[in-house]
Amino acid sequence: MHYFSVRMFTVNESREEMAVLRKIFASPLVGSLTSPHSVDHYLDQVHPMLAVHNVRARVVEVIHETGHASTVVLKANKTWAGFKPGQHVQFGVEVEGTRRIRCFSVSSSDQRDDGHFSVSVKAHPDGYVSRFLHQEMEPRTLVYLSEAEGDFILPDVVPGNLLLISGGSGITPLMSMLRSLRDRGHDRPLTFLHYARSAHDEMFHDELNAIAADCPWVTMVRIYTREPAPGAELAGRFDIDHLKHHGIDIASTLTYLCGPAGLIKTVRDTFTEVGAEDQLRFEYFKIPSVDLDAADATGTITFDDSGIEVANDGRSILEQAEAAGLKPKYGCRMGVCSTCTTQKKHGAISNIISGEVRANTDEPIKICVNKPVGDVCVAL
Amino acid sequence: MSFKIVEPLSATNHNEAPKPLTSEDSTKRATIGLEYMTYEQLEEFGNELDVIRQRVLDSLGQEDADYIRKVIKTQRGLEVAGRALMYLPFIPPAWLLGVASLSASKILENMEIGHNVMHGQYDWMNDPQIQGRDYEWDIVAPSEDWKHTHNYLHHTYTNIHGKDKDIGYGLVRIDEDQPYKWKYLGNPLYAVALMLVFEFGVMAHGTQWDETLKGKQSKEELKVKVNRAFRKSGKQMAKDYVVFPALTGPFFLSTLAGNAIANVVRNIWSFNIIFCGHFPADVKTFQKEDAENETRGQWYLRQVLGSANITGSKLFHIMSGNLSYQIEHHLFPDIPARRYPEVAEDVRALCEKYDLQYNTGRFSKQLFSVATQLVKYAKPPKDKSKWANKYKRKWAKQAAERAASHNSDNGAKPTKVAA
Repeated sequence: MHYFSVRMFTVNESREEMAVLRKIFASPLVGSLTSPHSVDHYLDQVHPMLAVHNVRARVVEVIHETGHASTVVLKANKTWAGFKPGQHVQFGVEVEGTRRIRCFSVSSSDQRDDGHFSVSVKAHPDGYVSRFLHQEMEPRTLVYLSEAEGDFILPDVVPGNLLLISGGSGITPLMSMLRSLRDRGHDRPLTFLHYARSAHDEMFHDELNAIAADCPWVTMVRIYTREPAPGAELAGRFDIDHLKHHGIDIASTLTYLCGPAGLIKTVRDTFTEVGAEDQLRFEYFKIPSVDLDAADATGTITFDDSGIEVANDGRSILEQAEAAGLKPKYGCRMGVCSTCTTQKKHGAISNIISGEVRANTDEPIKICVNKPVGDVCVAL
Repeated sequence: MSFKIVEPLSATNHNEAPKPLTSEDSTKRATIGLEYMTYEQLEEFGNELDVIRQRVLDSLGQEDADYIRKVIKTQRGLEVAGRALMYLPFIPPAWLLGVASLSASKILENMEIGHNVMHGQYDWMNDPQIQGRDYEWDIVAPSEDWKHTHNYLHHTYTNIHGKDKDIGYGLVRIDEDQPYKWKYLGNPLYAVALMLVFEFGVMAHGTQWDETLKGKQSKEELKVKVNRAFRKSGKQMAKDYVVFPALTGPFFLSTLAGNAIANVVRNIWSFNIIFCGHFPADVKTFQKEDAENETRGQWYLRQVLGSANITGSKLFHIMSGNLSYQIEHHLFPDIPARRYPEVAEDVRALCEKYDLQYNTGRFSKQLFSVATQLVKYAKPPKDKSKWANKYKRKWAKQAAERAASHNSDNGAKPTKVAA
């Protein structure tokens, strides 16, 4: 039954009738008939890809990349509005009855003519979903997606000079930018500066080699921090000299940066020192682990709506709320998707990623990446 | 002396139960259940139930997800079939089948799906379509207000007079300790009326209008709830009594009638199941003073003594949303209802161990018991202490006046009677 309806759907989908039908299903009139439920609750019973409000996708292919990474090629339903290189999606798969959602960056070119796109993920030993993708995900698996999100994107008119800096898995959104520019026929100078532990550990190793060979406008610089390539001109972690060596003037170069917090901090400091922070766009890839220093964790968290108070133990407000038996909404758990945004009534918080401390009264905060600094009261 | 007061186990905003009823005097100990067991036994009883609960929570998985999806699929199928058969009113059996199909679909949606999903039984699936926080059901009552009176007030303060508004729904007298008023003479009549329009009863109950009359809820708050109720019921009625009938064109009236019958069938069914949950004879009710500072074991005990089960076939249990396992539902409101039969074996064994009443019986037996109770408590009680305070005051005044006039007959000076 399922397979049959999939085939019907695939055969018909290119037709205009399909678009008209989708419009009708998404209309308020049909909504009033299925009220209080959404029409998708009904269409799901025929086939989940028919949803007109929810984005769904099928796995087309799982490619095992170098460095324990996987690329999942997806075919989304017609609700999917597309993506801009650099954006990410919330990616949900159901495992043992529970939908697990994580945020993944799109890694593919926006010029693919088959309408497919991909996300790429490095398997973390403690990352449940990334491990699942790497080991168990198969073609045809149903994926619950969000629309593409995020403003870490290229401007409509790409400037003549571009610098892309990434560290480790942070390469993914930049890879999407690089592939898109290549496929769009971009031909102005671009420097791609990537830090990986070793050549063996580098995602997209072969494709980076190919781009370096085929695209004369790309200056491809890869620095392996643990096992430097023999005869490499540059080594070690990011340093301003790495840029100077290639004659890059950051004050006049639009720069995109994605990677772990340490890399982002050094690069930001460098840009700030020369007053070039306006040129820098950045996105954190992975939230840093927090030192649970008991001496630092003081005060009480008040969950105002439920009337519960707990002693601050230094973890994120989301984790402490869950430990107290609350079930706040959450999505990515890394400060990206804003699903967990909650009103903070008063008190000071520090951002787990940036270390930034905020003490405003009554402001929305992302509870997954903020921890209390002393007494805090949140609307949970 | 240390004892553990009930701790919130699943304090989502739609299911705050169980939350303790606390006293200003923190050293006071609740007396619930002392006629059955000691404090130590109560604690052990609570721990044993906690173990059962945890065992089920740890084993939730694919089968539970598949089950609720299958129920949803069946319900959607019945609904679509019911709506479609309304196009054939000129073939009476087809139309009747449509009405039956739509009735069954509404019953499934409200009970095995809606009620249970809104308890957060499937929140662990993290599927936005069946999240307790967001689910809205196919009934005129808005989910938000129902969740407050049901999940929070009823499930936390189960059968405590003055706290649990579900004892008689503010309409009927179903327990000896509800103060008698003359209006209760109409008890059985009110019950039948409520049965027919049950979904509107649930809606009105959710606004807590009586709390505003008593000055315990602000008029603004009531207004918000009333507006919400109007919006929700407006949508529901537009769907069933305007849009769907209109879509059947010349069969407008027969479709409207079919939809109305389906809604009423659902009303009657859910009313009867729900009344059998707490209102048969021998179900216990409690006083606030006795429950203050109760422990988890005492909270559990109150759920067992305050609920009643119905025996029946597998289909019967599904169609009743497994509320036929009312005792198990009250002990563990947020574990998927399909697990109640499995849990019931352990609960029964525990009840035998502690020599506790486990109130169960066939549907006919429990229904008859409820009906008997409705008639019994309609009658004016001989025991004057069971009457409402206003009558007690009146009688006291009359007695005082009689005494005074008696005194004046004897030539004594009339004395002023204090009110």
